[in-house]
Amino acid sequence: MAKLNVNPTRMEMTRLKRQLKTATRGHKLLKDKLDELMKQFLDIVKENKKLREEAEKALEKAYKSFIIARAVMSEEYLGEALMMPKQKIAVDVSKKNVMSVNVPQFDFKAANNQDDIYPYGLAFTSGELDLSMEAFSEAMEPLLKLAQSEKSAQLMAQEIERTRRRVNALENVMIPNYQETIKFIMQKLDENERASTTRLMKVKDMIAKKAIEERRLRDKKAFGA
Amino acid sequence: MYKVAVMGDKDSVMGFTALGIDVFPVYEADEIKKTIHKLVEEGYAIIYITEQCSLQGKDAINRYKDNELPAIIVIPGITGSMGLGMNEVRESAKRAIGADVLFGDN
Repeated sequence: MAKLNVNPTRMEMTRLKRQLKTATRGHKLLKDKLDELMKQFLDIVKENKKLREEAEKALEKAYKSFIIARAVMSEEYLGEALMMPKQKIAVDVSKKNVMSVNVPQFDFKAANNQDDIYPYGLAFTSGELDLSMEAFSEAMEPLLKLAQSEKSAQLMAQEIERTRRRVNALENVMIPNYQETIKFIMQKLDENERASTTRLMKVKDMIAKKAIEERRLRDKKAFGA
Repeated sequence: MYKVAVMGDKDSVMGFTALGIDVFPVYEADEIKKTIHKLVEEGYAIIYITEQCSLQGKDAINRYKDNELPAIIVIPGITGSMGLGMNEVRESAKRAIGADVLFGDN
């Protein structure tokens, strides 16, 4: 791991230590977030799977009956019968916050002023078509639920991926970097301290030697050797 | 208020017309991509797309995957399910967890 490029001063070290503390705390928080996201995601994705199975089954049923309806009616009549839909499906979108992920909530409004869904007169169409329309209409509900659940799962997956990347970056890059740099500065400071201690000792030695020399000289003069 | 759309081959999507969903019969890859972009711009909240079409418009679909809207949902076409829709679910599970743990049992 590379250490950061900083001056080895005490002030730098204090600053880095503070940053390390923040990073460690952030790492812990993000990790907790990741755990919780994962928990939520598992619930959502399980539901997603169930809803998809349901929706696909309903849709398959609708398709099957539609194939039969198409077989008994001519293409032109069928197109004409379905041309002008009687109801109109629209969705209201609101947001729900799940662990700071905004997932859409779809609220369906089928605008329909009559009770039945059949957009055609019964004179020129077959009974099979009625059944098929009913099946499609039944398939709609699970399909709409599926849309909400699947989108939520996708968004959660994205958020989890992003959070995990952040956790990893903190854990494997930023925090080791800080630790290494702090260690480096500490060693450098210790080294400096030792250097100045030895220097002092050396100077003291020199001064002492000089004093002894002077003393010796003075003694020599006094005794007149 | 947002709208709902269905894209796919004509046979598959025809049944949806009567429900009041906007239907877009598409075939060519270019057409599919263009239609997806157009629908997103027009503010559709949910776009259902058949499996066959989703194969051809894969990159266009993936582009909107991380956006809040629209939800582009893969549905089986009239020829039956190829399991692509379930694949989408599996894909997002794999993306989040990093392994295919959820579907290991089946």
